[in-house]
Amino acid sequence: MMFLAILFSISVCFLLILIRLIAGKTTYDRILAANSIGTIVVLAISIHGFYMGRPEFIDISIVYALINFIGTVAVLKLFDKGKLGDK
Amino acid sequence: MINFKSIILFFLLLGFWLLMSGHYSILITSLGIISCALCVYLTIKANILDNEMLPLYFFPRLLQYTLWLIKEILISNIETAKVILFKTEDPELFTVKSSQASNEGKVTYANSITLTPGTVTTQINENVFEVHALTKSFGDDVRSSQMDKMVSWLEKGK
Amino acid sequence: MIDSIINYSSIASLILGILFILIGSIGILRLPDVFSRIHASGMIDTAGTAFIILGMCLQSGISLITAKLIFIGIFIFFTSPITGHVTANLARKKGLKPITNNKGKTL
Repeated sequence: MMFLAILFSISVCFLLILIRLIAGKTTYDRILAANSIGTIVVLAISIHGFYMGRPEFIDISIVYALINFIGTVAVLKLFDKGKLGDK
Repeated sequence: MINFKSIILFFLLLGFWLLMSGHYSILITSLGIISCALCVYLTIKANILDNEMLPLYFFPRLLQYTLWLIKEILISNIETAKVILFKTEDPELFTVKSSQASNEGKVTYANSITLTPGTVTTQINENVFEVHALTKSFGDDVRSSQMDKMVSWLEKGK
Repeated sequence: MIDSIINYSSIASLILGILFILIGSIGILRLPDVFSRIHASGMIDTAGTAFIILGMCLQSGISLITAKLIFIGIFIFFTSPITGHVTANLARKKGLKPITNNKGKTL
């Protein structure tokens, strides 16, 4: 029950950041909002695992945290240089 | 050549394997040991194991620095929450000098500034950092260079 | 007795974490420009994550799950300043001017 309430509160925060992601203004706002949503989703996956009584979901959230970091840095590099390679 | 740093790297990798695996039968653990040894062999072969990868001289004072940093982060989190809720933001942009000798020390200082909410390092030229602060009091915290002294103290080691 | 103390402190920690995440989201929505919003995003990444992970650690007790949760916490703790700095650095490099009130100073 408690975990359900926490999942609900996290989805409220998710919606608040989603407004910023859609409203944007600049690209950097959108990238920052996407990164924050990623962090929140990492926490939400772990809490959902506890809610379902299967804490093995932690593995998925580790992978999500790794992909979130690499993805944010890759999008920023692509936006900076116009390509992802070194040459 | 096998030195102290490669042994430390081997045990770090093995700890990560044991954390991720969760199965501790003899077959799977020996497979883990073999793959960690292969990774360390490739690292030595590629010659990328240096101070920048494992700054061992940070380690003796790392625990005390981390505890101090967590305290600072908690205080500035509460301050930032107050600023967001009561709409008293007053952003400013300024430059500070860093007194660290090595690159690792500068990286630690810049990351510590960014990690405390309320201050962000935006640009780095040699030893001059450009910092964006949410209010004037956050800026004064960075300008008082207490964190700079702590990182220099951490960098000296031993 | 000890069980209920651990349970209540875990609930308190989770609620504190949710509070920090909520304030951070409000900050991302409300603050005026990118450079200010990075501070709110940093709040979510440090205090919110730390308190929620502390709460879940207290729930699960001493097990492999706790070790993995602490690993997630350390990973987010190390990568949050990197994404924040890279975003701010790129915005400065592309010529975005932050809203400040020190117009007279050199920069």
